[in-house]
Amino acid sequence: MDLLKASLSEIATAVRSKKVSALEATQFFMNRAKKLNPKINAFISFDESAQDQARKIDEQVSRGEDPGPLAGVPWGIKDMFCTKGLRTTAASKILENFVPPYDATAVALLKKNGAVILGKLNQDEFAMGSSSENSHFGAVKNPWNLNCVAGGSSGGSAAAQALRMVAASTGTDTGGSIRQPASFCGVVGAKPTYGRISRYGIIAYASSLDQAGPLTNSVEDAALSLEIMCGKDIKDGTSSSLPVPSWKKNLNPSMRGRKIGVLKEYFQDGGLHPEVQAATEKALSELKQQGAEIVEVSVPLTKYAIPMYYLIAASEASSNLSRYDGVRFGFRSEFKSLAHINLSEFYSKTRGEGFGAEVKRRIMLGTYCLSAGYYEAFYNKAGQVRRMLRDEFSLAFEKCDVILSPVTAAPAFKLNERISDPLQMYLNDIFTVATNLAGLPGMSVPFATSKERLPIGIQLMANHFQEQKMLDAALALEGISGLKGLVADVL
Amino acid sequence: MSFEAVIGLEIHAQLKTQSKIFCADSTVFEAGDNENTSPVSVGMPGTLPVLNERVVEQAIKAGLALNCHIRPKSVFARKNYFYPDLPKGYQISQYDQPICEHGSVEFKLNGKVHQIKIERAHLEEDAGKSSHFGDYTLLNYNRAGIPLLEIVSGPDLRSAAEAAEYARTVRQILRYLDVCDGNLEEGSLRCDCNVSVRPRGQEKLGTKVEIKNINSFRFIEKAIEYEVERQIEATERGQRIIQETRLWDPDKNKTFSMRTKEDAQDYRYFPDPDLLPVIVTAQSLEKMRQEIPELPLVRARRFVSQLGLSENDADVMVSEKDVADYFEKTGALCGNYKAAANWIMTDLLRELNDGKLSIRQSKVTPENLGALIQMIDSGKISGKIAKTIFADMWSTGDTADKIVKAKGLVQISDISVIEKMIDEILTGNASQVAEYRAGKTKLLGFFIGAAMKASKGQANPDVVNQILLKKLQGGS
Repeated sequence: MDLLKASLSEIATAVRSKKVSALEATQFFMNRAKKLNPKINAFISFDESAQDQARKIDEQVSRGEDPGPLAGVPWGIKDMFCTKGLRTTAASKILENFVPPYDATAVALLKKNGAVILGKLNQDEFAMGSSSENSHFGAVKNPWNLNCVAGGSSGGSAAAQALRMVAASTGTDTGGSIRQPASFCGVVGAKPTYGRISRYGIIAYASSLDQAGPLTNSVEDAALSLEIMCGKDIKDGTSSSLPVPSWKKNLNPSMRGRKIGVLKEYFQDGGLHPEVQAATEKALSELKQQGAEIVEVSVPLTKYAIPMYYLIAASEASSNLSRYDGVRFGFRSEFKSLAHINLSEFYSKTRGEGFGAEVKRRIMLGTYCLSAGYYEAFYNKAGQVRRMLRDEFSLAFEKCDVILSPVTAAPAFKLNERISDPLQMYLNDIFTVATNLAGLPGMSVPFATSKERLPIGIQLMANHFQEQKMLDAALALEGISGLKGLVADVL
Repeated sequence: MSFEAVIGLEIHAQLKTQSKIFCADSTVFEAGDNENTSPVSVGMPGTLPVLNERVVEQAIKAGLALNCHIRPKSVFARKNYFYPDLPKGYQISQYDQPICEHGSVEFKLNGKVHQIKIERAHLEEDAGKSSHFGDYTLLNYNRAGIPLLEIVSGPDLRSAAEAAEYARTVRQILRYLDVCDGNLEEGSLRCDCNVSVRPRGQEKLGTKVEIKNINSFRFIEKAIEYEVERQIEATERGQRIIQETRLWDPDKNKTFSMRTKEDAQDYRYFPDPDLLPVIVTAQSLEKMRQEIPELPLVRARRFVSQLGLSENDADVMVSEKDVADYFEKTGALCGNYKAAANWIMTDLLRELNDGKLSIRQSKVTPENLGALIQMIDSGKISGKIAKTIFADMWSTGDTADKIVKAKGLVQISDISVIEKMIDEILTGNASQVAEYRAGKTKLLGFFIGAAMKASKGQANPDVVNQILLKKLQGGS
């Protein structure tokens, strides 16, 4: 079996039928991960218990038990997910040595279905960023071009996935943090409808926008991973109790009669990189050739998506990050004695040293937005417009099954190119944030490669709980592109 | 110039649930330091609150009993501030959409009925507890996440006595509903008082001062009295009252400044995105309404009009729901409500107080007390013997009947038996009989005493009296 190419189901089937042991699979990916990691910095921590986990899976198989549909499949976990007994940092100094006594529900579900955890993946600190440069553990590099960013915030997941250091990985997506790095690195990245995957145990950035999802090398793997990660969780009051369909089994690439929406607003302003523009146009024309109907739809409020997103995300973050105060866990500044300092000094020194620049910028922004006298004009107004945006999307989805768009205006940019220009960095999310604001499912699927050999993804979004339609269209695009199982080979 | 006090109370009532408001941690008061904690209650990364439905039910009941409007949709909001005993750096509370609002409470004080507005009652989580020791502080998060209902009155109270009575009334109602045990010492009921003064007749409110965390009704009264006095004196001296938070020092009998309004924080309230709005349907509201028992004020009125109690006795009987239930049961069993009230007030409550027991812990059951009263009313035992029997019932838990039989305490009303006994007494005390007949009639008491002594107290005193008079006056 070629573990470099095998699907998740193929690995699990091989492990269940003892053709490959979980230990062999784990060692294959772990060796690869450890060998390649110094070049791209995708991992923050390796889980040294991975082989033990694998042996347990093999023992289960020898006892005639079924470890589940992910039997022996090695996963990488973004460092936003709490992992029991395994350091979880959110790529921040403030959680540098934090070891959670519990698993995030999504991680628990993966383990319950047979997955082996290889380690924790690098990212932007607290998932704040679009380049994975804002990490206390150093920037992640793009496997296709080491001078480029991997995208963010799930840059470690996307880079590890593109190099096949893991069979699959988890990410979180608050404004595009799965889809954008997936596009930059040439892998499939999907987020389901808000509420599908429990947020319990996932370090919160912006609670009303955060949603987890898988990064994989194929649409089929994404469908299977979503099935396992989704579902009602009593530990998350906002998780959806709608049943989780058999997305993988129901995958259907036939586009005959499907209506593909094109958002008028996304193509109005120009500014698209010509190769991204060409890829998008090609995707539309190929789908049309396969019998899909292309319809133009309009969601005018998407033009306010970026300011809405940054007001809401920063406000929620400013409150969510208050718990990192050096009192109960995590980093605390050195104090000769606590007797002679006041509380405010204690907090400002600990938080001042523990958080990175971008995190502090967003805490300040959010604190300001929620302050007396500004709340109405900023947070509250953004919330009102957000509800209108959802309504506009609902109308648009009366006319189409999925909406197709670029993921980003251009392929991966250079490291350090935008780090000093936050506004330019924020504009990166222009095509992705609306999905989160409206709580819609969205995904990125690799579709083309630029002249500079950088991947270009296509974004698909669907109406609430219509993940199947999105996955079907992604499968069709994957068939057209021939990029299924794409693995970066430049290293 | 004469001044008027304007007082409003914020009562923090700990709701009576097994687990905390947003996680499964126990709420038991007797627990080791930080024993009742979990990743959720200490705010560890990624953990989320999940609302305990019991809390909502109890809040609805309290709201209905306080005549509040229950919002069909209420919203939890985050109150952001930093303090080491606040694990998440924000407290989950309710802000502009509280679960209960626009209610009122009635109580009687010195015969006058007062009606006080309830502005709102909202749900929130408690913080932990900091204990400061010189150069270090210990934190106990057992209390973090305990469900609280904050009941905010209008500025309708005009004296310390009214404020204390209002607080007692709210406590009584919450205890009737069994949603709060109302224990001020354990902190399950806490009270903040907003106090201001203004010249009588002036409409505009004076600057208000908040007195925080007072842990007894007596201290509520004393703290407000002191504070009103302080503000009046200051105003008369031409000083300006500063808006501030003060604390009550029970040792020095005074309030002292904790912080002034200038340090006031901007709490940056916003709806908590981790919690869905609380939706109260018409059906669940109706269900809660049905579960509300008859409340003390109404019950006391019924005790007066239907059971013939005096207003005072009725007030004592309704003081606690368990007492009122005990009273009604006893009265129904023996058919003599007045006697039941008397026994409860004079004998039972005294014993309970002495033993620091609740009426539920009484060994004397309503059935047994009812039977005792019936024995008196049917003349089987005397009221005097009944007191001795009650004492035995209290200590042993036996029925009156069993004690009477075991000790042979049945009252003797048989005329022939008593006549024979009296004849013997008169014969044995011939000189006293002569003296009585010569006009020293106060010797009657001597003969009664002798008869009761001879019968070991079991003779029916009325019968003894009648026979003695007949025999002494009628001559031998």
